[in-house]
Amino acid sequence: MSTQPTNVAARIDTAADTVTVAPAVEGYNFAYLDEQTKRMIRRALLKAVAIPGYQVPFGSREMPLPYGWGTGGIQVTAAIIGQRDTLKVIDQGSDETTNAVNIRRFFARTAGVKTTQKTTEASIIQTRHRIPEKPLTEQQIMVYQVPMPEPLFKLEPRVAECRKLHALADYGLISVKLYEDIVQHGSIATTYDYPVIVNHRYLSSPSPIPKFDNPKLHMNPALQLFGAGRERRLYAIPPYTSVKSLDFDDHPFEVERWQHACALCGSHQSFLDEVIVDDAGKRMYVCSDSDYCHEHRAEQEALGVTTQTTTPIATHQEPAC
Amino acid sequence: MLNPLLKVRQLSKLYGSRIGCQDVSFDLYPGEVLCVVGESGSGKSTLLSTLALRLQADAGTLHYTSTEGEEINLLSLSEPRRRMLMRTEWGFVEQNPRDGLRAGVSAGANIGEPLMAVGARHYGQIRATATQWMSRVELDTSRIDDLPASFSGGMQQRLQIARNLVTGPRLVFMDEPTAGLDVSVQARLLDLLRTLTSQLHLSALVVTHDIGVARLLAHRLMVMQHGRVVEAGLTDQVLDDPQHPYTQLLVSSVLPV
Repeated sequence: MSTQPTNVAARIDTAADTVTVAPAVEGYNFAYLDEQTKRMIRRALLKAVAIPGYQVPFGSREMPLPYGWGTGGIQVTAAIIGQRDTLKVIDQGSDETTNAVNIRRFFARTAGVKTTQKTTEASIIQTRHRIPEKPLTEQQIMVYQVPMPEPLFKLEPRVAECRKLHALADYGLISVKLYEDIVQHGSIATTYDYPVIVNHRYLSSPSPIPKFDNPKLHMNPALQLFGAGRERRLYAIPPYTSVKSLDFDDHPFEVERWQHACALCGSHQSFLDEVIVDDAGKRMYVCSDSDYCHEHRAEQEALGVTTQTTTPIATHQEPAC
Repeated sequence: MLNPLLKVRQLSKLYGSRIGCQDVSFDLYPGEVLCVVGESGSGKSTLLSTLALRLQADAGTLHYTSTEGEEINLLSLSEPRRRMLMRTEWGFVEQNPRDGLRAGVSAGANIGEPLMAVGARHYGQIRATATQWMSRVELDTSRIDDLPASFSGGMQQRLQIARNLVTGPRLVFMDEPTAGLDVSVQARLLDLLRTLTSQLHLSALVVTHDIGVARLLAHRLMVMQHGRVVEAGLTDQVLDDPQHPYTQLLVSSVLPV
């Protein structure tokens, strides 16, 4: 293997903007998977798009990363990516975490495509646990990494029975889970992987995104594809499809809100991560979407607003143990 | 004259060459409690499972009259309709409450599940109904959020009965509902069942090996032996004046207290 890819990768990770990459490493087919496999995945994807929310089985391949790291998402991306695509990969909203960096580098090497950290410039966004804050467009495709595609699996352990429940749209069980949440916590305490009904028909797992992102699934202009490598299932939410988060009439679905603003960019709109910054339990709240945070900060600087006037670190302190 | 709720003709279920139950025919009318008695292995439970469509019948016909008065052929019913029927018009009380309850969720959720399955989406109302049913089956309503495992056997059985009756079924199947309970708990449960069936105008098909249970609950009785019904009639008539040798043996085997 030549040393060039490593340099290329290094360049991608340091540069914030879109990077044009040198041709892919020799010895691999375009985007790693062989054409036959890609065709198989595309067939499954077509079916998934035709039946929104329905889990389509596919022949998941062994990928050069462990299960749980995005083998499903990476296969979907490999099957749909073209030479003119620009790829963005995020993990927990961030472009800079190990998973995101590695998958981005994987496609830079094996497909030689452009990669970016900017949501607006990407044509394919592979994600784990978040949907970007910036609204998506019809030109974009979201690819979700899904660990467990079956929303009923904790309630009904039999796979055959789960399939039957989906076939008959027999979804009383999932309400039992929400009921138990209210019994135990006083409100629906599910905060991520919040079950949804796609296109008024199929109960689906939105992958472990926070429920904060659930409203973004609804009537989204972008095509949304979900891949679960270990469970060998694909499903899709086509553009402009209704996605309803389940709830009770007297306990309606609502997203979480923070009293804090992002310590870096001052945004009140974004999903915040709570970061503990020292041993005394001081914590700071920052945007989980790193691209949104960068951009918001740039805008603020352009306007001459300094967010640093507000204390970057929340004063709340944990009682000493 | 009332139409029978359940019309069974020549129903048979075979396990290979062995007989589960054979040539069973009877009518069950609305509001009627029919007990099936017999020793173990006589095909009582097989008959019950076949009637409740849990086992596939091998021969015979089985018809049910729905709320709308429509006569449904149960043996050729599609799965979605069968499930709908089970959810809305039927109940099944298992011998072991653990089989009929969901162990991982609270008592309230157990009672509320059938309601949610038919589309109830108001937490407050589901909870109110669950509370009401808990008091109806004489359970302490303050334990609505406890797991079924923390309940005693008799309480679990009552919880299971509440769960089955909450959707207002017309026909309830019971498989040895009092087996494994001590006699005083049995007596309370039987009393409860008798009250509920008469209040709700329920039809029930109860399988039991306990003649005492049959005497207390049933309007009519069927005695089974080797998969066949050997004698059927009004409870008192069958028990006080048994005609078939096997029934005579069964009645005389009850231990006097």
